Amino acid sequence: MKISRSPWLLHYDASSCNGCDIEVLAATTPLYDVERFGIINTGNPKHADILVITGGVNAQSANVVKQIYSQMPDPKVVIAAGICACDGGIFKDCYNISGGTDTVIPVDIYVPGCAVRPEALIDGVIKAVALLDQKRKEAVEHASCQVDFSKRPAK
Amino acid sequence: MATRSVVPFGPQHPVLPEPIHLDLVLEDEKVVEAIPSIGFIHRGLEKLVEKKDFNEMVYVAERTCGICSFGHGYGYVDAVEHIMNIEVPERAQYLRTILFEMSRLHSHLLWLGLLADAFGFESLFMDTWRIREQILNMFEEATGGRVIFSINKIGGLRKDIPNEMLLSFVDRLDGIEKETRVAAKSFLEDSAVKSRLCGVGILTAKEAEELGCCGPMLRASGIRRDTRELGYGAYDDLDLHITTSNKGDSYARTEVRLGEIFQSIDLIKQAVKKIPDGPFDTPVKGFPNGEYMSRIEQPRGEACYYVKANGTKFVTRMRIRTPTFANIPALTKILQGCDMADVPIMIVTIDPCISCTER
Amino acid sequence: MEVKEVTLDSLLSEVQGLKAEEYRLIQICATKVNEDEYEILYTFGDRYDEVNLRFSVDGKTPIKSISHLYWAAFLYENEIHDLYGIEVENMVMDYRGGLYRTAEKAPFK
Repeated sequence: MKISRSPWLLHYDASSCNGCDIEVLAATTPLYDVERFGIINTGNPKHADILVITGGVNAQSANVVKQIYSQMPDPKVVIAAGICACDGGIFKDCYNISGGTDTVIPVDIYVPGCAVRPEALIDGVIKAVALLDQKRKEAVEHASCQVDFSKRPAK
Repeated sequence: MATRSVVPFGPQHPVLPEPIHLDLVLEDEKVVEAIPSIGFIHRGLEKLVEKKDFNEMVYVAERTCGICSFGHGYGYVDAVEHIMNIEVPERAQYLRTILFEMSRLHSHLLWLGLLADAFGFESLFMDTWRIREQILNMFEEATGGRVIFSINKIGGLRKDIPNEMLLSFVDRLDGIEKETRVAAKSFLEDSAVKSRLCGVGILTAKEAEELGCCGPMLRASGIRRDTRELGYGAYDDLDLHITTSNKGDSYARTEVRLGEIFQSIDLIKQAVKKIPDGPFDTPVKGFPNGEYMSRIEQPRGEACYYVKANGTKFVTRMRIRTPTFANIPALTKILQGCDMADVPIMIVTIDPCISCTER
Repeated sequence: MEVKEVTLDSLLSEVQGLKAEEYRLIQICATKVNEDEYEILYTFGDRYDEVNLRFSVDGKTPIKSISHLYWAAFLYENEIHDLYGIEVENMVMDYRGGLYRTAEKAPFK
């Protein structure tokens, strides 16, 4: 598979138990090393192409997740890492958990596991990279037939 | 007069692996007050006692936190075993102690990495996490899980760890010790690192005691207290030397945690030498009825597990008092008077575990 | 587990006594025993020994804060207020229900 760009990754802990968070971090360190695909873990949503969410969403974090998602530039891909982010997991019945990430923002890739294993996460990230390429291509095709620069409003 | 401004810090911030929010009241660049607010990852797992029975609650307790998961499972199991008067076989006690000390090793190495990341020494961060991976490999061999093991159950363990495997762990720990000593040199002797840690966030012994601190935070301020001295598990038979420091700053906290890494390696070696053969679990009959508060020393400090049961399948109350909860008052204290640029280091230096705290 | 039963009114003098003997605060927690019956458990420690104090409340009567004696108690007391809906009087730092911002109010009630 050819990767055309170096996508940057942003991780947010919606209400995870930390298990998935440290596995996401572990995936960037020397043994698993997703950075070899040109991926960098960034803290700024405006730099990011891939959003990794761990943990189920609660009333508090729902707005934060939405905000981070809306600040990311298009095209973007969302990965739900770990079973809690997929559908709430063991905490599904808790009063303060409203469910998986897809109850708030659209999710492209689901990576299950409790905690998510770095190998599985890398697999998910590779899928995300391919999806990002595809989305970018579509966006370019879409843009070229839509935008008519001659009709740009005058300043 | 300096202008006062309030800067919100978090919940999503590059230095924070977990969401916590602080309102920092600044006078120019100096922090005069810090007001913590938590609740971003509150799940309410203590309420799950109504839906999961007392055996299933072990798995819920473990998932309080992915870093100290073994300890949380252990604390809950220990409380229920005391209520039900279960005599846990000695081999299980030793195996639990070994796994507990390995958890401490992985937690402290993880923290060292996060600290290195916070002061901008990325290669040191990568190096400590590389060392840590070897411990996760051992966990995987022994239990099948890397961070959440689910090996504890009421009455013992779900599976045995063979003696040959334990001996191979000891061999590998020698390698880990050697590698950690090299990394420790960078943490303790590098002048750039020292300039970020020395004299930053000083907590005196009196303050630490008054604010109810626990764990390395307390010991770095010169108070020699470690719940392992209560002698639960196999700690009664092992030779425990508690690491303390008198400086009370961020450097002292690094020193104490590094000392505890070598201490843990030593404890595991002692335990492997002394471990008896025999059964690793005991059958459990009936339901718990009564109450107990179990106190254990987690990597971050003393944790309390209160369980109250009424003789049915479901316990009435499980309450976890986690070490970070006790250390947050101290965090607000050390933040007063520090520079804005030092705030990330201060937060990391108490080794916060927010998902523990909020449960 | 040894627990000394106290009352809502005698709590403060008991805690004052412990403070004078330099006990440290380990934890405070609430338990729902029955409908409209809650137990509040205070744990103090001296080195490794622990002392437990407990009293019952009906959930509507406010309890008294010990945070002027033990500053760190404000976190536990706010927690009890947020999760159980029990009012706590005279806290040194009152979050007014904003410590745990739960989706439903007082979920343990």
